[in-house]
Amino acid sequence: MSAPAASPVVPPAGPLVALRDIVKTYRRGQQVVPVLSGISFDIAAGEFLALMGPSGSGKSTLLNLIAGIDRPDSGRLVVAGEDVGRLGEAELADWRARHIGFIFQFYNLMPVLSALENVELPLLLKDMGRRERRERAELALSMVGLADRMTHAPSELSGGQQQRVAIARALITDPTLIVADEPTGDLDRESADDVLRLMQRLNDEIGKTIVMVTHDSRAAGHAHAIMHLEKGVLSGREELRG
Amino acid sequence: MRLILILRNVFRHKLRTLLTVVGLTVAVLAFGLLSTVVEAWYAGAEGASSARLVVRNSISLVFPLPLTYRQKIRQIDGVRAISTANWFGGIYKEPKNFFPQFAVDAASYLDLYPEYVLSEAERKAFLLDRKGAVVGSKLAATYGFRIGDTVTLKGTIFPGQWEFVIRGIYSGRDAKTDVSQMLFHWDYLNETLKARSPRRANTVGVYVVEVSDPARVAEISRAIDAEFRNSYAETLTETEKAFQLGFVSMTEAIVVAIRLVSYLVIFIILAVMANTMAMTVRERTAEYATLKALGFGPAFIMGLIYGEALAIAALGGALGIALTFPLAERFASAMGSLFPVFVVSAQTLWLQAACALAVGLVSALFPARSAARVRIVEGLRSVA
Ligand SMILES: Nc1ncnc2c1ncn2[C@@H]1O[C@H](COP(=O)(O)OP(=O)(O)O)[C@@H](O)[C@H]1O
Ligand SMILES: [Mg+2]
Repeated sequence: MSAPAASPVVPPAGPLVALRDIVKTYRRGQQVVPVLSGISFDIAAGEFLALMGPSGSGKSTLLNLIAGIDRPDSGRLVVAGEDVGRLGEAELADWRARHIGFIFQFYNLMPVLSALENVELPLLLKDMGRRERRERAELALSMVGLADRMTHAPSELSGGQQQRVAIARALITDPTLIVADEPTGDLDRESADDVLRLMQRLNDEIGKTIVMVTHDSRAAGHAHAIMHLEKGVLSGREELRG
Repeated sequence: MRLILILRNVFRHKLRTLLTVVGLTVAVLAFGLLSTVVEAWYAGAEGASSARLVVRNSISLVFPLPLTYRQKIRQIDGVRAISTANWFGGIYKEPKNFFPQFAVDAASYLDLYPEYVLSEAERKAFLLDRKGAVVGSKLAATYGFRIGDTVTLKGTIFPGQWEFVIRGIYSGRDAKTDVSQMLFHWDYLNETLKARSPRRANTVGVYVVEVSDPARVAEISRAIDAEFRNSYAETLTETEKAFQLGFVSMTEAIVVAIRLVSYLVIFIILAVMANTMAMTVRERTAEYATLKALGFGPAFIMGLIYGEALAIAALGGALGIALTFPLAERFASAMGSLFPVFVVSAQTLWLQAACALAVGLVSALFPARSAARVRIVEGLRSVA
């Protein structure tokens, strides 16, 4: 137990995401497996951060905590001034809908929905009319260069195209933070480059804050900075460009 | 959009959905048909009046009562009218052509049964012809009897060939009325018996009694039976309904078995569909986890699964209900006049709909709960 909420609100000038002493362990039978052992760092608004490390080092676990789909054993996570740890299950779901855009390694599109419908899906949680939802989804799909693939089912799209649909879906709610777990892990080199350039544009042109997990240093090269994670401990931060 | 998701999920595995729908259709259909059979068993009793009493020999139905009882019963307080009926048990051409025939005291019998609707002309023609008979409309339709036809029955209880002339065709006042009977004159039976086997003449199978006040049936029944206590033919008097149910109860075990089977069929399809839904939901774990990550709550996810199960149940249920009518019709015509009344009742339809609904809801219960509880991180891991 830490001191009773010394500063519940991070000042506007402070970091967008602040992690303090994050600990996470998994239990495998009798055995307790430490995954993250006391992680502390900040992510500034507008940053494009790559999280690197060997397989099993805890990258996904850390990203899941930041995205609010998993909870730490201890430690504090503040995103956009909100102490995420204090939110109940339903509040946390609302919070994710408002603040987080997800990009997954395997795209995770709804197979029964068209590209356009997949992009529109998160807007169901907003108080928004059909027409507006549709228009926004069309716009987002054009932004990722898929205006001519709106009615296609995911199975009718290439991996790279599916990932671009997923990026449009992550964008559509204008989230505070975009999290991407190995977004190019399942793509050929060319499609991977397309996806990475697209993410870089989101960061450059509309100032989206992005945290991307990858073990591919070429992919990490598109970020501003690389954080290295080794056996659940941060081993350093490497600045790539100002 | 929610509806799009549900409906497209329904048709995602076309074969699986088709098989489930077919299974449900067959189950709902079987349930409807079996319920209708059960109702048909009881239909005779349902059409019975509780203001009518049936007086029979207390030993057994097959023993007759003396003709002299008529006057004594008529004089008992509360008895308004009386008539007689003898079970004839004749065979029309072949033994499989079963239908009830009663030798009755015609005029008083027709007065006692206003639900047998007969035109004034036909009634008069029947009463005037000693060999005349009236048949119910369903019976007439089954065997093509028309007014003026001569019908010959081979007696079983009363041996010999018996000739009748159809003088009237009665219809039922409502759907519960038994319109598969044949009524003819007791006089004709009795006079022939006098000539052929005099010892069996001048007896009555049962007396049918109308009471002035239905509330007093118990008391009047006791009074009638008391009248003949210690006489050589003691009586057993009960309401017509009880009498008919007594008839039916001989087959009660079969009826119970049919009921049981009809619910068992529903239970089996429930198990099948619950398994299908569980399988479906397990396959989509990653999708539910994704939806939850995007911020959709457990209610949304449960809604998808309940919606899908209910859509399948509605499809199967509607098909099953729709097919019940033609099937019941064919079944009824195949059974001939075995069931005097064979109608798919509103209650059966409601029960079918309720069963389909229950199958939909219950089959989704556990899958929906487990999908709503999927932990996002673990659910996402189940990709590929
Ligand atoms: N649900 C879990 N149960 C037990 N161990 C887990 C679970 N999830 C992850 N782990 C373990 O935690 C460690 C870090 O996993 P993860 O964050 O997925 O690593 P990375 O993404 O860096 O490859 C691994 O050793 C993994 O086996
Ligand atoms: Mg990982």
